[in-house]
Amino acid sequence: MGFPHRAHPRETPVLSRYFGDTGARTLDGWRQRGGYEALDMALDTDPQALQAIVKESGLRGRGGAGFPTGLKWSFMKPDGKTHYLCCNADESEPGTFKDREIMRWTPHGLVEGVALAAHAIYAETAYIYIRGEFTEPLARVSAAVEEAYAAGVLGANAMGSGKRVDVHVHRGAGAYICGEETALMNSLEGRRGNPRIKPPFPAVAGLFGMPTTINNVETLATVPYIIKNGAEWYKQFGRRDNPKSVGTKLFSVCGNISRPGNYEVALGFPFKDFLYDLCGGPLPDREIKAVIPGGSSVPILTREEAEGAMMDYEGFVAAGTMLGSGGVIVFDDRQDMVRQIARLARFYAHESCAQCSQCREGTAWTTRILERIRDGEGSVEDFDTLLSIADNMSGKTICVLSDSCATPVVSGLAKFRHEFEAKIVPTRGTVTVAGAVRAAAS
Amino acid sequence: MSHGPAAGIGALASAPPHGVHGDTPYTAVFTGDRRVELDRILSRYPTKQAALLPALWMIQDARGWVSEAAIEEVAVVLALTPAYVKGVLSFYTMYHQHPVGRHFIQVCTTTPCNVCGAEDVVSAMLRHTGCSDLGLTSADGRFTVVEVECLGACGFATPIMINNEFVESVTPESVPRLLSELQ
Ligand SMILES: Cc1cc2nc3c(=O)[nH]c(=O)nc-3n(C[C@H](O)[C@H](O)[C@H](O)COP(=O)(O)O)c2cc1C
Ligand code: SF4
Ligand code: FES
Repeated sequence: MGFPHRAHPRETPVLSRYFGDTGARTLDGWRQRGGYEALDMALDTDPQALQAIVKESGLRGRGGAGFPTGLKWSFMKPDGKTHYLCCNADESEPGTFKDREIMRWTPHGLVEGVALAAHAIYAETAYIYIRGEFTEPLARVSAAVEEAYAAGVLGANAMGSGKRVDVHVHRGAGAYICGEETALMNSLEGRRGNPRIKPPFPAVAGLFGMPTTINNVETLATVPYIIKNGAEWYKQFGRRDNPKSVGTKLFSVCGNISRPGNYEVALGFPFKDFLYDLCGGPLPDREIKAVIPGGSSVPILTREEAEGAMMDYEGFVAAGTMLGSGGVIVFDDRQDMVRQIARLARFYAHESCAQCSQCREGTAWTTRILERIRDGEGSVEDFDTLLSIADNMSGKTICVLSDSCATPVVSGLAKFRHEFEAKIVPTRGTVTVAGAVRAAAS
Repeated sequence: MSHGPAAGIGALASAPPHGVHGDTPYTAVFTGDRRVELDRILSRYPTKQAALLPALWMIQDARGWVSEAAIEEVAVVLALTPAYVKGVLSFYTMYHQHPVGRHFIQVCTTTPCNVCGAEDVVSAMLRHTGCSDLGLTSADGRFTVVEVECLGACGFATPIMINNEFVESVTPESVPRLLSELQ
């Protein structure tokens, strides 16, 4: 549902069905709504069978990369080693605020998904890593974990199954980069949150050096519904002509839009209808100018491109961008794209962990040049410099934060070049309006 | 998330208030109930080091900031070196390495909030708290205001944090009333 708005008839509320319903927050309330039935069933099911169901369902990771969840789980074999599950609740990609609502309204739904997934990957211990600023989600999820222990849902004999499932909440302390999976593991181990060089991949050597699976909050919260209703049920949601993207997805919508909030739709929903019908379109007397559809790290779309897009992994790729984390950022005709792209670059410069020189220097240079252009002190040569820096920042670093900084710059320069050009003030020769204004002001 | 820009791209003032350096005489944090709580936390991890972030949170909750003396205490209880603890601590933006105002206010100004007018909220905050700049504490010790990157609540622009409390949909107009409720 479009929390804080009522669900739109064209939404498909599965995860968001109980958003706004305070009764769903307690263990009893969750049980009354059918909660913990899936976990009960799963604990008596062989992990490999659970992996197979999730694989068959077509569920893909909702943290950004869209990696098939069942496939990820199938890397975890009964090898007698200690395994770990990490739940990534670091949600800090600008534009994204869906995991927050899952944790605030349905904390037991997450605990159930985490416990189920732990069993499915042969793990007895799971950690939910929640960003430090999320004080309410931290309190809700911690309370749910405590209730679950007290009721014997978690612990040495989870739900009477004879299996041990421990779930612990771990609080982050402020760092976007800790959402990157290996940075999160370092952070959990009490280290600086620097991403690790891969390989080895987490399934081989992850948390505490042991085989580890890491999944996003939304991914894990979805799993109990799949186990309970079956893979076929889940596959019904989506475009008939695109079996690669199935299920429902929460999209967070923010920026210059009439009804910001979270909306859950079947994948493959037309983006134009989404923006105008569900979210109410632009504010009065405004027009949408640009949209970033998948969190700040994916390419910017013009209004025309956005209106033609279909909301699934392949649909957004066809439109020249990505689904990412599902954080939709809307810019209206009042916005100065140069200014906003410069602000995004500053975000990445601030959040770079500074291990790789291309990222550490590239994010800072990019920010400085963009802010110079923004302030009317740039030159046309700066455009090529920006593109050359962007090229050197892409595909060359330990993690993709560096690429993410380059993305809005490259797509912004390609699609809103006229706005960049309008900021360039000729230093000699012709007198321009901008130049005259500057001269008058000085 | 984090406050103050990266080094090298035009640093804003975030120096500690003058005259506040130490935390003396220091009394240990991990005694009594807090020692029991720490032991409970330690039991969740296969290494002592993994309890570092939780231990630093306990210090900050108890004392408001993490002093040199507190770093030493954490190092001793977790069998780490003070230099290691400091290295980790300084990576994360939420730990205060110097005392801050009674109300530590973080205003999100990242793009999604920025397009909704977050910078006007920052100006209003500075004006009404009497803080002379971002990162500086007001003369009466009540307030410190900083900009922060995306708080993960972008649909409720502009979200701010006052210590551990989230406030959503703040506007320049709602700032005076909000501040008047804080002692
Ligand atoms: C810089 C960076 C930040 C990330 N932040 C998050 C995040 O906040 N939450 C998240 O779930 N995934 C985040 N990811 C993706 C994770 O690395 C990882 O792919 C994801 O947690 C896997 O879960 P999934 O397969 O269920 O999507 C981030 C990746 C990068 C490179
Ligand atoms: S790309 Fe940037 S954030 Fe990622 S590891 Fe390298 S320096 Fe750190
Ligand atoms: S950009 Fe302000 S909360 Fe996300």
